[in-house]
Amino acid sequence: MLKTLLARLRQGHRTVRWPEGSPTLPDRLRGRPTIDAARCPSGCRLCVESCPAEALARTDDGPPTCDLGRCLFCTECATACPHGAIRFAPEHRLATRRRQDLLLSPQEYPLARALEGRMRSLFGRSLKLRQVSAGGCNACEADVNVLTTVVFDLGRFGIQFVASPRHADGLLVTGPVPQNMRLALMKTWEAVPPPRVVIAVGACAISGGPYRDRPECSNGVEGLLPVDLYIPGCPPHPLTTLDGMLRLMGRLKEGR
Amino acid sequence: MSDALRPLHNARAIPVAELPLLSLDRFREEILIAVESGGRIVSLFGQPAGDALRLYGAVATPEGGLAVGCADVTGDGYPALTPDCIQAHLFEREIAEQWGLRPEGHPWLKPVRYHRPLAGRDVWNRAPDAEIPPAVTEFFRVEGDEVHEVAVGPVHAGVIEPGHFRFQCHGEQVMHLEIALGYQHRGVEAALAGGPHKRTLPIIETLAGDTTVGHTLAYCQAVEALGDCAPAPRGEALRGVALELERLANHAGDLGALAGDVGYLPTSSYCGRLRGDLLNLTALLCGNRFGRGLIRPGGAAFDADPTRADELLTRLDAIFRDVRGAVELLWSTPSVLARFEDTGVVTPEQCVELGLVGPAARACGISRDVRFEFPAGIYRFAHIPTSAWHGGDVFARAFVRWLEIERSTEFIRTQMHNLPAGEARLPAAPPGPDRFVLSLTEGWRGEICHAALTDSAGRFARYKVTDPSFHNWTGLALALRGQQISDFPLCNKSFNLSYCGHDL
Repeated sequence: MLKTLLARLRQGHRTVRWPEGSPTLPDRLRGRPTIDAARCPSGCRLCVESCPAEALARTDDGPPTCDLGRCLFCTECATACPHGAIRFAPEHRLATRRRQDLLLSPQEYPLARALEGRMRSLFGRSLKLRQVSAGGCNACEADVNVLTTVVFDLGRFGIQFVASPRHADGLLVTGPVPQNMRLALMKTWEAVPPPRVVIAVGACAISGGPYRDRPECSNGVEGLLPVDLYIPGCPPHPLTTLDGMLRLMGRLKEGR
Repeated sequence: MSDALRPLHNARAIPVAELPLLSLDRFREEILIAVESGGRIVSLFGQPAGDALRLYGAVATPEGGLAVGCADVTGDGYPALTPDCIQAHLFEREIAEQWGLRPEGHPWLKPVRYHRPLAGRDVWNRAPDAEIPPAVTEFFRVEGDEVHEVAVGPVHAGVIEPGHFRFQCHGEQVMHLEIALGYQHRGVEAALAGGPHKRTLPIIETLAGDTTVGHTLAYCQAVEALGDCAPAPRGEALRGVALELERLANHAGDLGALAGDVGYLPTSSYCGRLRGDLLNLTALLCGNRFGRGLIRPGGAAFDADPTRADELLTRLDAIFRDVRGAVELLWSTPSVLARFEDTGVVTPEQCVELGLVGPAARACGISRDVRFEFPAGIYRFAHIPTSAWHGGDVFARAFVRWLEIERSTEFIRTQMHNLPAGEARLPAAPPGPDRFVLSLTEGWRGEICHAALTDSAGRFARYKVTDPSFHNWTGLALALRGQQISDFPLCNKSFNLSYCGHDL
């Protein structure tokens, strides 16, 4: 007993001081990229050609665009670019409400807004989620699971992962949705009583990621489920996911 | 025609012409003799060669080396190895599913991943347009009064990958467990064929996400060998550090989860946090908690200057102290030990017959460890003692993990203090034409095997991946026999196998 208490004392208090304080992130974190199109010579497509996920595109002499829903944050493009036009900043806030918002543009990045009206009053202070891994490689799953540890203490925000879809307010989906998981995913979704939310976590769930257009997979939940929150990354940092969820619930203060 | 398997080294390529083409009888005999005299199957797969299907077999020989050989099979079937060599059972099911070749006499010939054949016949004569729903199949049934069946999955109660478990129970007691997987099948091998291409590395890195470093290291060793180039020594050391960090994070997480499954919350809570702190050390090196982008052909894509190395070591010391404090509570808490000991026993005989690998094998007292047996990269110069224990139960699988945490921590300290000078990454040459390589690494779950075969243009004619889970899932099924069904989560966590690594 004494040993247990002593160990407890030594382990200390470990919950992050966030969202009150600023988050601690690795300095090499490859977060939201920026593209300085002024540096792009006309006709240059080096970044587009280097991208393994077809996230980058460029029409003629327009600026290159990056679809964060496909981006694996591998930085192959930044390495391939001799002009220094692409930079990956340690900016972890990435979640959006609409698929088209993930297309990086020179305008301000439209971070996820809160749910509206009845949905917000239902889920704003309590959100029970059923997680479905549909071909997820266990990296997204692991960094979603870590939110339930004392470090992030997901419960303090009223968010909880539940065992039964019947007890859930929505689904959190990871993975490119293999053909072999499609039925199980759809059945689980149907078992969630409406109104319900769908959160797509990671490049695979949003667009298929490295498995995009493989015949063995769907392109994530694209065309299968109506998504309320997109959380890009491969995998997203736990704080990226938590930040997205709190935005969806309208739990982050203005300007954060 | 040759008459013996060819010895070869881990991560050293040979010309395809040197692969011995044996008669089918001789091929079977060589594998059976090797396994019977204390060796085991590392990988066994098929690849079309003209009208025939060429079977490739790689074994760990009883003498402690690696050896390969191949044989052509024409026609619809061949005499299965499985009746004489149990550890071939899943490999032969895989060959049947992928190429429609029937292993005659296989006692349980069912699909492994529920997909269409990659080419040729369908061994179950399914129509080409028929749906192949996963786990819709006959299961082994026990009949009798009070015998009942429990079906679990594919969607489980936790945040975990999908799989289906079918228990035959008498009351609370499990008489038999059959595991049906395939839900995670993403077509990895088909996607890798014809590479290396732009998507090769992202696919390797997501092959089993919690083993990103283990698989990517096996891949890089393979392409470096195929291209006949050596990686930067500094990069090799950093790759070893990353592999051991991956082991630390997963082992610490597993010990916490095991504590949670027996309701001992202190260790569960502490180790959940510590696992994340260990992942953060990998992120300190490369910005990604799973090591994505770190391991690249030619070395490591990120270097650690002295300041970064110091910070890593300082943080590692603090984490190790806390892991020790959290884990030692397990060994001194009788209620935990009572639940761990004698639960989910795999005997050494079963372990050898099934060809189990990794901590699951070492917990049966069988010293199997790629880092020691077939060292490549940094492990040729820096040795980690193999950690084995006896008993084959949940306790042994937990205790082996703790021993490995101690040894991997020591290894990281030594390496980070003695990083070789120079670049972390050198330019790597593309794979050469018509070569074959076997690349093994010891991932945290056990032996990872990548076998690559290049064509005349230096592209992958075949890239075969064998995740340790492929060897070990049957071990979990056996561990459950005679147990209470309520002990399934505990037994399952003590193996903690990969679904996507198995399903590919």
